[in-house]
Amino acid sequence: MNSADFQFLADFLKKGSGLVVSEDKMYLLESRLLPIARERGHNTLDGLVAELRKGTDSSLKVAVIEAMTTNESFFFRDTKPFQIFENETLPALIEARAARKRLRIWCAAASTGQEPYSLAMILKENAAKMPGWRTEILGTDLSSEVLEKAKAGMYSQFEVQRGLPISLLVKYFRQVNEMWQIDAAIRASVRFQKLNLMDNFTHLGKFDVIFCRNVLIYFDQQTKAEVLERMSTMLEPDGVLFLGGAETVLGITDKFKPVTGQRGVYQHAA
Amino acid sequence: MKSCLIVDDSKVIRMVARRILSELNFEIEEAVDGQDALQACQKNMPDAVLLDWNMPVMNGLEFLIKLRQEKGGDRPIVVFCTTENDMEHIQKALMAGANEYIMKPFDREIIEAKFAQVGLL
Ligand SMILES: C[S@@+](CC[C@H](N)C(=O)[O-])C[C@H]1O[C@@H](n2cnc3c(N)ncnc32)[C@H](O)[C@@H]1O
Repeated sequence: MNSADFQFLADFLKKGSGLVVSEDKMYLLESRLLPIARERGHNTLDGLVAELRKGTDSSLKVAVIEAMTTNESFFFRDTKPFQIFENETLPALIEARAARKRLRIWCAAASTGQEPYSLAMILKENAAKMPGWRTEILGTDLSSEVLEKAKAGMYSQFEVQRGLPISLLVKYFRQVNEMWQIDAAIRASVRFQKLNLMDNFTHLGKFDVIFCRNVLIYFDQQTKAEVLERMSTMLEPDGVLFLGGAETVLGITDKFKPVTGQRGVYQHAA
Repeated sequence: MKSCLIVDDSKVIRMVARRILSELNFEIEEAVDGQDALQACQKNMPDAVLLDWNMPVMNGLEFLIKLRQEKGGDRPIVVFCTTENDMEHIQKALMAGANEYIMKPFDREIIEAKFAQVGLL
């Protein structure tokens, strides 16, 4: 690929999804996009880029952007944030919202659903402490492909063994041939919706908890700051934001500050 | 250093599991069936047991039931590791006192995740 084409693709992706691709990740473009190029009868990426430059084929744009996303996820990823959610965040909110009895949670990069479903199982396990509550979990992602999988709630044997305690597998899944499907009640407690974090999202309303894990790592500083600042307007004054293990707000925005003693958890700065 | 008893009638599986668990800093013992494992436990109660189901002489489930009746036999954390991958088997295992359950095939990542979950790492 020549450098003009590379630059075009890099700009296209940054604008389309926030993804930053540096020149040393050229191989990643090749390996992820060649299959799409071949599907459209091109042997190399040149033809694909030429088509993209024309800008007339919106399904191609979507396919390219989706193909470049990294969708890996697992249940209770990193364990600790979910323990914090269950043992710190949830009890505090149950007390603070005792009158309103309402809880809204947003997973802003929900991928194939493991993260929102992990939270849904925690809520279910704690249901006795929240009689008459209305809880809402919204999972959004830019990729429709992962959202389809998330909605189906169908996971391979490998996927249900990464992070999911066996007691919860037994309780909330059923076996469908070689796959494991999460229980219909848990599925019904999570709503999935397509959303690109580059677009406006304030219409989603205010949330008590936002999980935005393992997605900011793909963006540059400025994009991270923009996304975080828009998110800050959607977090309730006493709400909390969970970021991934390699992500922080420090040096990026002053809208949030770390919650003392809770790694990866942030609250409004002021 | 924590100890782990690997119980499997397949030499290859024992070897693979031994490699993974040694790297995770476990002191390893091996047993080739449930009977053998029970004797090992009576001599020296391990912190953890990685347990196959289908084995000659005494299978994993029988071993687990007997182990839990032994003096100090409630202490080891028992992780099944078997090709039996249906709900019925899993439920039976949990009822008999298993702490976790790995469905074969397994890899390092799965063992590590499961052992971390039950607090062995
Ligand atoms: C590595 S996954 C993280 C999944 C989950 N949050 C976790 O921590 O396991 C990253 C997800 O972010 C999504 N993503 C990437 N860019 C996005 C954007 N601009 N808007 C919305 N989602 C995006 C990808 O489609 C992918 O599913």
